[in-house]
Formats: sequence, C-alpha cells, structure tokens
Amino acid sequence: MASARLREPAGVRWTLRVITIAYVFLLVVWPVSLVVKYTFEDGLTALSTSLSDPAVTTALRLTALVAVTSVILNLVFGVGISLLLVRYEFPGKRILSALIDLPLSVSPVVVGLALLLVFNPRTGLFGPGLSAAGIEVIFASPGMIMATVFVALPLVIREVVPVLEEIGDEQEQASRSLGANAVQTFRRITLPSIKWAVVYGVVLSLARSLGEYGAVKVVSGNIVEQTQTATLVVESKYQGFEQSTAYATAFLLAAASVICIIVVSILRPKESS
Amino acid sequence: MSIEIKDINKKFGDFVALEDVSLNIPTGQLTALLGPSGGGKSTLLRIIAGLESTDEGTVHIEGVEATHLPPQKRNVGFVFQHYAAFKHMSVAKNVAFGLEIRKRSKAETKKRVEELLELVHLSQFSHRLPSQLSGGQRQRMALARALAVEPTVLLLDEPFGALDAKVRKELREWLRRLHDEVHVTTVFVTHDQEEALEVSDEIVVINEGRIEQIGSPDQLYDAPANDFVMSFLGPVTKLQNKLIRPHDIDVFTSGEVAGAVPGEVVRLLRVGFEVRLTVRPSGADTGHELAAPGDADEVTVILTRSHARELRLDVGSRVWLAPNRGATMVPVIRVVSSA
Amino acid sequence: MSQAVISGGRPARKRRSARPGSLTIVSGLGLGVALVWFSLLVLIPLAMVVATSGEDGWEGFWGTLTNSQTLSAVRLTVVQAFLVTLLNVVMGTMIAWVLVRDRFPGKRILDVVIDIPFALPTIVAGLVLLSLYGPQSPLGVDVANTRISVFMALAFVTLPFIVRTVQPVLEELEADVEEASASLGANRLTTFRRIILPSLVPAIAAGAALSFARGISEYGSLVLLSGNLPNRTEVASVRVLTYIENGDAASAATVATLMLVVALFVIVALDLIQRRVARRG
Repeated sequence: MASARLREPAGVRWTLRVITIAYVFLLVVWPVSLVVKYTFEDGLTALSTSLSDPAVTTALRLTALVAVTSVILNLVFGVGISLLLVRYEFPGKRILSALIDLPLSVSPVVVGLALLLVFNPRTGLFGPGLSAAGIEVIFASPGMIMATVFVALPLVIREVVPVLEEIGDEQEQASRSLGANAVQTFRRITLPSIKWAVVYGVVLSLARSLGEYGAVKVVSGNIVEQTQTATLVVESKYQGFEQSTAYATAFLLAAASVICIIVVSILRPKESS
Repeated sequence: MSIEIKDINKKFGDFVALEDVSLNIPTGQLTALLGPSGGGKSTLLRIIAGLESTDEGTVHIEGVEATHLPPQKRNVGFVFQHYAAFKHMSVAKNVAFGLEIRKRSKAETKKRVEELLELVHLSQFSHRLPSQLSGGQRQRMALARALAVEPTVLLLDEPFGALDAKVRKELREWLRRLHDEVHVTTVFVTHDQEEALEVSDEIVVINEGRIEQIGSPDQLYDAPANDFVMSFLGPVTKLQNKLIRPHDIDVFTSGEVAGAVPGEVVRLLRVGFEVRLTVRPSGADTGHELAAPGDADEVTVILTRSHARELRLDVGSRVWLAPNRGATMVPVIRVVSSA
Repeated sequence: MSQAVISGGRPARKRRSARPGSLTIVSGLGLGVALVWFSLLVLIPLAMVVATSGEDGWEGFWGTLTNSQTLSAVRLTVVQAFLVTLLNVVMGTMIAWVLVRDRFPGKRILDVVIDIPFALPTIVAGLVLLSLYGPQSPLGVDVANTRISVFMALAFVTLPFIVRTVQPVLEELEADVEEASASLGANRLTTFRRIILPSLVPAIAAGAALSFARGISEYGSLVLLSGNLPNRTEVASVRVLTYIENGDAASAATVATLMLVVALFVIVALDLIQRRVARRG
C-alpha cells in the first residue's frame, strides 16, 4: 500500500464509504433480510408447514440429488480439464480454454433449449435413440443434472487453473525423477497442492447447483412432486399464493448459498493488506 | 544549506526506525546515506521527500520548513528502486508528466522532454513503452522524469538495487557524471559501500536508526569513528582485539620485531593478484580475553603475490604479525565479522 | 482464461510457469474423454441451437427477429443490460476501491455480502427484491411489473462482476507508482485519473463484458418481479421460453442464437483484453 501520507482527504473517503454501504444495503442487505423476516414472522410455523408439504420435501430431495451429482461430475472433469489446460500443449487449447467460460455468459433458458433440442425423446438429436434404450433425459433427472453441470462447469476449473499455474510443475518433475508414476504423482503431489482451490471450486459449484432455476425449468417440465427442484417450488408456491411456503423454501435456499460463500470466505486466507 | 534535518524521531509501532537524527546536507553536493538493510536510511530519505511523516523533529529544504508539507508541494525529485514507471505511458509521456501537472505549455514541455532524453541517452526510445526497455534504461527514464521539473533536491532510493552487477557499475559512473553536469543537490540511499565510496562527495553512515559518522569517503575509510563504520566500509580483521584492515598487517618470518603476534598459517588462498592468509595466533600474548579456538581468533592477512612468494609462505609456516606503521586501528566494541 | 468472477478468485500470476509438455498416452486419452464430455454437454447442444434456428429458412429466421414483440424484448434486454453495465462500472469500481483501500469495522462483512447476488438462486433473488420493492414494500416503493424492476433485478445479479475483476488488480497495484506521481506534484485526484484508473481499465472492461453478458441472459430474477409483460417488461430469455412452450423450436432457437452471438462476442472481447494486458506488462 502506498504511504499513509498519500490518502484521500477524509471527506472523500467518507463519501465513498457511505455511498458504497448505502448502495449495497438497499440493493442486497435489506431485501435479503426481509425474506428472513417474512419466513420467521410466525415463528417456525412457516418452516414447519413447508417441510411437511410433500411437494417441498420431494423438491428438496431432488435438488440435493441433482446438485451433489453435478458437483461430483464437475469436480472430476474440472480437475482433469484443468490439468490438461495447464500442463499440456495441444492444438485448439486456446479455443477450449476460452470456450470453458461460455456457460457463464449463456442464458439458462438457452441452456435448457439446447439440451431439449438434443435429448428430446421425440424430435431431438440423440433423444429418440436414448428413449428407445429406456433412458429418459428430458423431463427426468439426467437432463436436470446435465443442465446443472453445464451452468456450473467453469467454476472448479477457474479456481484450480490459476493455482496450478502458480505452483508450477517442478514438484511434479521432482516426483517423477524419484520414480513415481503419473497416478502416484497426482495423488501425492498434485492433489494436495490444489486442495484448497478444489475446495473453493466445489463449494461454489454447490451453491450454483443448488440455485439453478431457468435451465432446469425448461429441461424438467416443472412437473410437481416429480421433476420440481426447490427453486421451481419457490416459484410455483408463490404463484399459487402460498407465500409463506415460498418464502420459507427461498430462505432455505438462500441460507444454503450464503453458508457456502461464508465457508469459502473463512477458509480463503486473507490476501489483502 | 540545502537540506536541514533536526532531531528526527520515527517509530513504526514498537520498532524505532530513526532516533534523534540531525543532519545538514550542503547545496549541490552528492551525498550517500549508507548502511545495512533496515537501518533507517530509506525511512530518512522518504521523510525528506514527504512520503513518510516524522513523529518528532523538523525538515527544512532550502530554508523553507517542509516538515508538514505533502510531497506534491516539496519540489523534490524521487527515483525508486523498482523504477515506478507509468506502465501505460510512453517514455516521453512519463518524462513529461511532472511538467503537464504544472500546466506548462505543450511547446515548452516537448523541448524539455527532448533535452532530458538526450541527457540520459534515451532519445531514440521516446515512443516506447517502459515494458520494452531494459532495467537500466527504465531507471534512466525515471531519472529524466524526476529531473524534468527542476527539483530543488534529487532523492534516489537504492536506485541500482534491482539491476545486474555490470549495469549497476555503469550507471554508478554515469550518475556521478550526470551530477557533475547538472549540479542538483542529490541524496541517494545504498547498502553497497563500494557504490558510496565511488560516487559520493560525502557519506552519512546510518545504522539502527542512528548516524554513526559523516564524512568524505577518504575520511570514513581512513579514520572511521567506530568499529561499525570501519567494518561496514571495507574488509576488517581482528588483531590484539582491535579492528584493522587485512592489508595493513605486516608479516615477518622471525620473531625479532617487538610486540609482534606469533602464529601459524592455517590457510592460504590465492585470489587474482592477492594472497589471503588465515593465521591462527599461538601463545598467551594474543590480547584476547577468551582463549577459545575458533574462527574469531584467526587473523586474515592480505598480501601481494610477490610479497608472499618472497616470504616463502605456505600452510603451516610460522609467522609474526604486526600492524603496519600508520595503519588505522579501532577498538572492538560490538560484534563484528572479519573479512 | 478470463478473469475469475468468483468470490475472491485470484487471476493467475505466472511465477514458475513451466513450459507445458506434449501429450502422453494417458493424458491424450484424458483429453479425448474430456472433449467428448465437453462436446456432449456444451458444444453439440449449442450447435443444435444454431442449426435449429435455420429450420424455417432465412425468412423464418428474419421473421422471428423482426416480430414486434420479439424486437421489443430484445431492445429492452440490450438497453437495460447496457445501462446496468454503466452503473456497475461506476459502482463496481467504487466498491472495489472501498474494499481494498479503506479500513473500517464490518468491511469483511461487506466483502462477503458482495458475493450474495452471485451465489443466490435467481428465483430467490427475484423474491428478495420483491420484498422490498414490490406491493408489500416497507419503503412504500412498488416497482413490480415496471421497467425499473428489470433494471433493478439486473443490477442485483450483476453486482459482483466488476467488483471482483477490479479488486485483485487494485490490490496488486504498486505503491511506488502513486508515490512517484505525488513526488512529481500530482494531487490525489490527478493521480487517480491519470495513473490508477488507466491501469484499472482492462479489469473494468473485463467485468463490464461479464456484466453485460449476464444482463442479456438473465431470466430467473425477472420472473416474479417484472411480470414478463409483453412489449413492456418482457426480456429476450422470456421470449425464448414462450416460443418453447408454444412448441416453436425454430423461433426459440433464433432468439437463442442471437443471444449466443452476444455471449461469443463477450468471450472474444475478454480474450483480447487479457492479451493486451499481458503485452503491457
């Protein structure tokens, strides 16, 4: 940090502080706290009502299943792709690297549409074939999992790649020179060194996967008690004038995602001065 | 007097950076602040520049009280160890920055920038970005930039620290020649005694927040005020519990000289035209309090090759050591490492 | 790789960048598997979208795009995303500045709060904003079903982007450059304008690109809040959904392709910015 002598005048500092805090308060803090307030307006009744509603519990279970599966898939492929991008050279590497970021910029509805066009059991590209083999993708869990994997795809990779680049491969080279094969090197040397990046990536993917809405809506058909995830339940309860259940479910989802970012924030070492 | 510093005290938390430092730097002189890392010299320089505040004491620049002036108002030029180049601006724009701040006319700015780039031999790089220059070139640009606004004082903080040894030597000489041409009061910070001895008119030795000695390079080398200054400015070794320069020791192959310290050569090293002897003194008459054998007792002597050959010295030779007539000797007070 | 938009994800600082090796059999296999995975999940589906948009020929394609309702939706989407991005450029930079340069109790909490819009499910985001700015607003402010609600929802979900791209750059800024500027006579405002801001521009641009892309593609937060009123508060993604629900795959794909083109532009822009920054050193 530059010398303490070079600070902005106190007036400027305070103005920036106030504007920033006010903006974030009005846009984020107050609205979120209201959801908490509405959820607990009548004590725990809103929560208990929701949790005894089969639509909600099925949805929560489905969300958990879809999210955890997606996270695991993204973890495995994410770490693999990160290693490939950093440690190896191959034609088209730069394009692949740029395309990895695509899911962050694509609309979830477009994601849903894309999967629909490919896996639709009647008119899709692979859909009819898979359907004949008994595999239902659209309006079923596999499709929802794929949609969720799509939207959270870059998250693990973007955490792991910078760390892999920064630590360099000298340790891995040393390991090889001492006789370890690729798997041993990966297990004993590489994996421990990217441990934290993987954790951050997993937690962030989890938050994203729990919260996916648009893509899953298109792909699942939004069928109550069958293919409704928690996010879809929030919408249908609200539209169905069951406000408190909607708020309660929203609260559960919000709490889960906030816990995720708090965990990451606590685990991540403070790097600023 | 260009810069008058009085009773400066500065602490960073519990750490005392500067203690009761007072100093006067004459106008037009090239002064070095020399000392080990963490000794306080950079802090002092930054206090002069206004980049650091002082807890107590005053700073006057050309008679004007500057203690509470922000750096913008002090008209000092500052050159940083890592160049502090404005990366998104060309060399010419970097140098022109100070003039543009002072709202000089475009024509005047252009002329002055050209002048300075010529002075530092960077004219053909005026449109390049700093990232396209070598370290030495970037530092020359930084100097031009600092000089552009005709500062009252030029301050350099370890200006050659980030450069290769060869470039460092070149720029050292170049700085001296520049100063002879431009004559602006210059203060630079270094931990390299060779640099200070080579370049400056006067050296201020600073250690642990205090000034150890002020003087010309010759004065400091020949008449050091204490053991710290002596050991910092050149090679030293201990003989009869006093610090002495290794090349100021006479070697005799017989014991006829009164007061000479007897000993045995335990190591002989030829480095170029020098021969370095390590001599372990023997007998009670060594003047050391503790007779424990160890490196601290061993004396380093430096001779020319021809002299060593004359004396037929080798490992195991018995020798007698005595200080040269007129050799500088300083009693040991603090712990010191020999050459 | 473009700058991370994750809570505090740090961009790569190549310290010991080893030269990447060529593929071995194992890694070659791994690459093959990864490519199949990526194609199946991302490339083929997206390609299908582009292909399907041409199903009804050029007339169908153009007809969909010029349909008045679609045009309104696209125009609304682009304009709102653009305005929100402008707002974010100012506020995002300001927030990043306060987070890096200022010190006050509770700053850490502010840092975590910034990530909430990124982690929160979009439908929940809509509900959240509805609480304060909808019919039951304690503030008395009701913007539900208006254009302003679209602006607000986008501002909410895009909040973290510029903050998180600018923050690491601000933290890495060399102190001595600001000191040099001061020693040359520049006051704080001038130093900010001429020295600090230029070095932030690539990070701001990267964040702006991400913010714009997200704004264009946003869906979930608008469902409850904006009412999706045709020609008033309907955005492009809602148009796509309507076409899907009506079984009009080609039209849905057409609008979707338009949105994909924008996303692609953003990716390219990010890549170019990355390379320009690397050149400047």
